[in-house]
Amino acid sequence: MDPFLILVVSTLVKIIGFTFMLTLPMVAYSVYAERRVSAIIQDRVGPNRTGIPLTLFGFKKDLHFAGLLQPLADGLKFFLKEEHTPSHVRKFFFWIAPVLTIVPALLTLCVIPFGSSVTIFGENIKLVIADIDAGPLFIFAIASLSVYGITFAGWASNNKYSFFGGVRSCAQMISYEIALGLSVIPVLMVFSQLNLSDIVQFQADNGWLLLPLWGEGLSAERALLLIPMGISFVVFTISIFAETNRMPFDLPECETELVGGYHTEYSAMKFALFFMGEYAAMIVGSALIVTLFFGGWSIGFGADAYVSEWAIGGLIHLGAFLTKVIAFIIFFIWVRWTLPRFRYDQLMKLGWVIFFELALVNVFITAGIIMLMK
Amino acid sequence: MATIKVTRPKLTLLEKLYFPSIVKGMYVTFKHAVRSLRGKSIGGDSTNTSGLGITMQYPEQKWDDHLPEHYRGVPALVTDEQDRERCVSCQLCEFICPPKAIAIIPGEIESDDPWAKVEKRPKEFDIDMTRCIYCGMCEEVCPEQAIFLRQDYAMTGLSREDMLNDKKRLYEIGGVRTGLVNKWNEVK
Repeated sequence: MDPFLILVVSTLVKIIGFTFMLTLPMVAYSVYAERRVSAIIQDRVGPNRTGIPLTLFGFKKDLHFAGLLQPLADGLKFFLKEEHTPSHVRKFFFWIAPVLTIVPALLTLCVIPFGSSVTIFGENIKLVIADIDAGPLFIFAIASLSVYGITFAGWASNNKYSFFGGVRSCAQMISYEIALGLSVIPVLMVFSQLNLSDIVQFQADNGWLLLPLWGEGLSAERALLLIPMGISFVVFTISIFAETNRMPFDLPECETELVGGYHTEYSAMKFALFFMGEYAAMIVGSALIVTLFFGGWSIGFGADAYVSEWAIGGLIHLGAFLTKVIAFIIFFIWVRWTLPRFRYDQLMKLGWVIFFELALVNVFITAGIIMLMK
Repeated sequence: MATIKVTRPKLTLLEKLYFPSIVKGMYVTFKHAVRSLRGKSIGGDSTNTSGLGITMQYPEQKWDDHLPEHYRGVPALVTDEQDRERCVSCQLCEFICPPKAIAIIPGEIESDDPWAKVEKRPKEFDIDMTRCIYCGMCEEVCPEQAIFLRQDYAMTGLSREDMLNDKKRLYEIGGVRTGLVNKWNEVK
């Protein structure tokens, strides 16, 4: 078959499959997971009833499926709600803001390798939508655009609380992006490349960044590098929390102070888009952490070379990748239902005074270790 | 005015780092999650927990065995051991009822009735359950001990008519109440 045709078709299949058939349901189900996990943490039950209402059709019992159909009901509800645009808003920005929140989050998915490769018609197809040599940079560039969505929403709502939410979000994202960018530099120094597929391949061969137990990872250098990598991981993870407006840093929404924050004036699907954007950002964040620090799709312990040889080995890797991402999503949820919100000055201090310096120093520590051990 | 000087507690280095307390907090929530999943949440026994957390899942499991003696549920009329309506339609409950849920039309007992000396019984006795606030004042005020708040609480209906308890329904719910209840005594 024509290689160009295969390229086009496989890319389309990857876009539709990964973005729309895998990530969007994951967004919906992470909302469900959020509710169930929070309930379990708080000794409650959570949504466990929504199912198929067979009793409406004269059957004896409803089917519950432990509430697994709840996201469908939520989605349906969002479609049926009234789409209300208040008269005092700036219409253009009000309408464009939800789109600007969710599009960057979904766009960043395209550079994340979600599996090794599959062989179809003799062609080796890498399971990444865009295999570009600037993965992390592309993600940071696009992800920082999502601040526009939130700021526009706050500004266009013409409501002082929404405005506060937007301004806070803007300040918070800008201050944590610096720590985010700086904390990833030591990691890239170790990999000495920016292509995320190659980074994952390197980790599959030589041990995950935070678990160097096989391949060339069993060296004194990698063991020593665990210290700066650990610092990087902590700073990076916490910055991702701030970047995705998750709980300890959810000041833009902040129900107790700002009503609903930047999305107070939004209803129906426009609100749902903000909601989805937030969770999509969380999924991308988890995927990025997994890709950089925990070997992405790699199963680990030297098993990847065998798995990759199979034609469908890439799909097994996809399973490994999803498992790790889901574990991280649950970690995100766990943190949200444990920690109280930071005060605003604490948030700023943490970003500018602690993480910025820590990440900066970390770059030099890593450079020193690499220089000394080489 | 007395001035109270509050000194902020000195934090140790570990406390200033936040991190240990964050980990501690996560441990606490994790413990709760594990207990929840194992169906062994603290206080779960006393609420007949369904398994997850301490929640009692209502229509399947009910609180009925835990209802106290003095629970104020649906008000109902009772008859005594000789099948006599205790209510003499004095209308005190109708007058005291704060939301005006009770409507009584008094009726005369014919002279050939064995209970003719009671003189009056209600011809109509309606309690509008959409109005009733379950305050129990009707029970408290009744000189004949004819109206009682029962332990039923799941009073439902699809229309306003369904929620109107007439005399027949009230006696159905109330049933027979034997013996004089010593309302003002310690013993009930």
